[in-house]
Amino acid sequence: MAHQNIFDQYKAENSVIHRLSPIVKVVLAVLFIFSNALLPDGAWLSFALKWGAILMLSLLAKLEWHYTLKRSVIVLPFALAGISALFSLPGKTLAIWQLGSLELILTDAGLLRFESILLRSWLSVQVAILLVSTTTFPDLIHALEHLRLPKMLVTVIAFLYRYMTVLSDEALRLLRARQSRSALLPEQRGGGNLLWRARTAGNMVGQLFLRSYERSDRIYYAMLSRGYSGHLRTLNPHNINIRDWLLLMLSFLLITFLQFFARL
Amino acid sequence: MHFSPAPLHIPDGFLSIIVSVISWAITIAILSVAVKHTENLDEKQVPLMGVMAAFIFAAQMINFPVAGGTSGHLLGGAFAAIILGPWAGMLVMTAVIGVQGLLLQDGGLLVMGANILNMGLVTSAIGFGLYRLAPSSTENPQQNRNLKLGLAGIAAWLSVMAGALLTSLQLWLSDTARLDIVLPAMLGIHALIGIGETLITVSALAFIFRTRPDLLDQAQGQERGGRAWIFVGVAISLFVLILSPLASSNPDGLERVASDLGFLAQGIDSPYSILPDYTLPFLGDSAFSTVAAGVIGAFVVGAIIFIISKMKRVNIRADK
Amino acid sequence: MPITHNSPTAPPALPTDSTVISIKGLDFSYPDRHIALKNISLSIKEGEKIALVGPNGAGKSTLMLHLNGILSGGGDLEVGLLPLNKQNLPVIRSLVGLVFQNPDDQLFSPTVFEDVAFGPLHMGLSEDEVRTRVDEALAQVDMRGFEDRLSHHLSTGQKKRIAIATVLSMYPQILVLDEPSAGLDPRARRGLINLLRDLPLTMLVSTHDLHMAKELFPRMVIMDKGQIVADGETRVLLEDEALLEKHGLEKV
Repeated sequence: MAHQNIFDQYKAENSVIHRLSPIVKVVLAVLFIFSNALLPDGAWLSFALKWGAILMLSLLAKLEWHYTLKRSVIVLPFALAGISALFSLPGKTLAIWQLGSLELILTDAGLLRFESILLRSWLSVQVAILLVSTTTFPDLIHALEHLRLPKMLVTVIAFLYRYMTVLSDEALRLLRARQSRSALLPEQRGGGNLLWRARTAGNMVGQLFLRSYERSDRIYYAMLSRGYSGHLRTLNPHNINIRDWLLLMLSFLLITFLQFFARL
Repeated sequence: MHFSPAPLHIPDGFLSIIVSVISWAITIAILSVAVKHTENLDEKQVPLMGVMAAFIFAAQMINFPVAGGTSGHLLGGAFAAIILGPWAGMLVMTAVIGVQGLLLQDGGLLVMGANILNMGLVTSAIGFGLYRLAPSSTENPQQNRNLKLGLAGIAAWLSVMAGALLTSLQLWLSDTARLDIVLPAMLGIHALIGIGETLITVSALAFIFRTRPDLLDQAQGQERGGRAWIFVGVAISLFVLILSPLASSNPDGLERVASDLGFLAQGIDSPYSILPDYTLPFLGDSAFSTVAAGVIGAFVVGAIIFIISKMKRVNIRADK
Repeated sequence: MPITHNSPTAPPALPTDSTVISIKGLDFSYPDRHIALKNISLSIKEGEKIALVGPNGAGKSTLMLHLNGILSGGGDLEVGLLPLNKQNLPVIRSLVGLVFQNPDDQLFSPTVFEDVAFGPLHMGLSEDEVRTRVDEALAQVDMRGFEDRLSHHLSTGQKKRIAIATVLSMYPQILVLDEPSAGLDPRARRGLINLLRDLPLTMLVSTHDLHMAKELFPRMVIMDKGQIVADGETRVLLEDEALLEKHGLEKV
């Protein structure tokens, strides 16, 4: 099917980063993002150092140097929500706009804040991209299990991962069927008013729900047939060894050092 | 790509540590209760919730053209809670938001607690709470069905508004956005998105009522959620309905309330500073102090989660 | 044909020529009162390979769901001399390897390894034993090396093979397959037929593929409207044009 690979961002390679324990990678990614949030506004050098770390890790993972950069555009739309930060802090006035009753004063402090928010966000998303492009999602699920996520939630996530492509394909088939039945392209607002169009979409959602519900019945039977009785058992081979612990300690020290450095 | 990142998926960097951690704490506390409740349900629940999570994920792709090149699609929190019950709905939405953040970077990791709270937990609570208002059986089933659809529609709209309100407040508390700008903008956009949510939710439910009413009759059953949900749902709805217009028309008022409550007591410019500006007074304004403040914050929140989960366990034992 | 399992944990092999499954007077109706099975009696001996044919809605799938106790109707059902009851259910489910028609329902785990390991794990076997069995089962369906592959990246033919491996790892006494050749292209279908021929197991296979039935299964059971209407040698039944036509089948 057309959408088999679209959700998988894993890049199969054999690198040091790929071979790291997924548990360690998850912890490191979260630590990295945590420390981004702790860095003060305008700590440009520290931000640059962190990007340097991402570049280095990308190269170690045998990815192109701009791989994470290219994919990080996904956070751009949300930058809109941060735009008002430009006008939120007192400081040296750079410009003033009058928007109806709203007076927008652009200050240097506001600009600094806005830029820092974007940088933090952009660095964080790159590290998340690095994580999923060097770790298969089933390994990430195992890591979550090791990190004491409730078994129930881990299981739901595993099922979601298994069936998101299957059900997305079904959704796309429904969409295609709608398209082939409508005389005009949907973008051209053919075929009825808003209410009618919404109802068509709602019927499709209902249909998809029923198919999914029936599928869950069949899956349940398949599980019963193989000995499931309400208690799920899994083998989870990932263990943390000394090397992983050392790496964690080292990264923690580096990140702590960077926090001090940023405040010097 | 057939899905656009919903405007409510906050990326990392946009929320402060304190807001992120507190949101995670609330989310974890609620989820741990949800896990306890769903574990007691029958064994079929596991594959059902798993496939339903994939269903919500896929259903978010089904869009319909609204106007001017924009399109509406389902977010699904209220819908999930109505068809699966509140606790299962919450877990399903958590899995969806978690996978969107972890696998697709649609929403951040440190802020995921906030994203789950805004789009998964509150939406499920409103969805089920308002739906539960309808009596389970009446003499006039057609009328009862219409009542349920109406309640579901209102719940769907309010769930989107609640998510938008919470997101705005979190952005404001993080010093990322000005309340007087972000709140009207977010609520304005989501009032429209909410209409799409309402239309799809209602027509999808109507479709299920026509074809498999048995699936929805169970949803009213006691095992899914007690009448207490009505209070939860109505309370959050009232909160949204009263606070949104109030805060939109007079955001300064909210800032004043916050300052009266002591958030701004130190006269500093960050309203989020429960640990003022991430530093500890007795250590002075040093880097070490900042890091220590972060660690202490995380520790306090961890302790709170631990205590809540302990208390919950005692309660459950007492029930038995 | 005697079946030997070379693993020490396999259930004791039954004496040759013994009955693997015996059904007497099985009736079943769905909750909506639709009658799905009427007075079904069937006996399957060890080593037999049986095709189960008939039009859609004849009750083939419903019958299969009874063989390991997922559905239970009135009548007697014994698997390997064990009567079907709650106490025997776990053993019976490991003895009857049921493979569903749609491999996307059968393969519900993210990776191939996890799916093939699911059965052995839920039989309570040790980790080493589980790994051995996964390896063996994948070798049997010629899919060794696919352990870490993601289920949704496999072709339909590969999925069908893995689906069979998910029950082979439980060392079943009988393999029950629902429409194994449906949806396969000619090459994948040929591969599957060769695989089924080489598997030394008792088999009950529901199918619309009468060519495959003729080639692989010496015995044939025809169902229609919830009843068994014929049970005999495949090559004899496939010559009976009146019988075939009456039940919506075509001579091959």
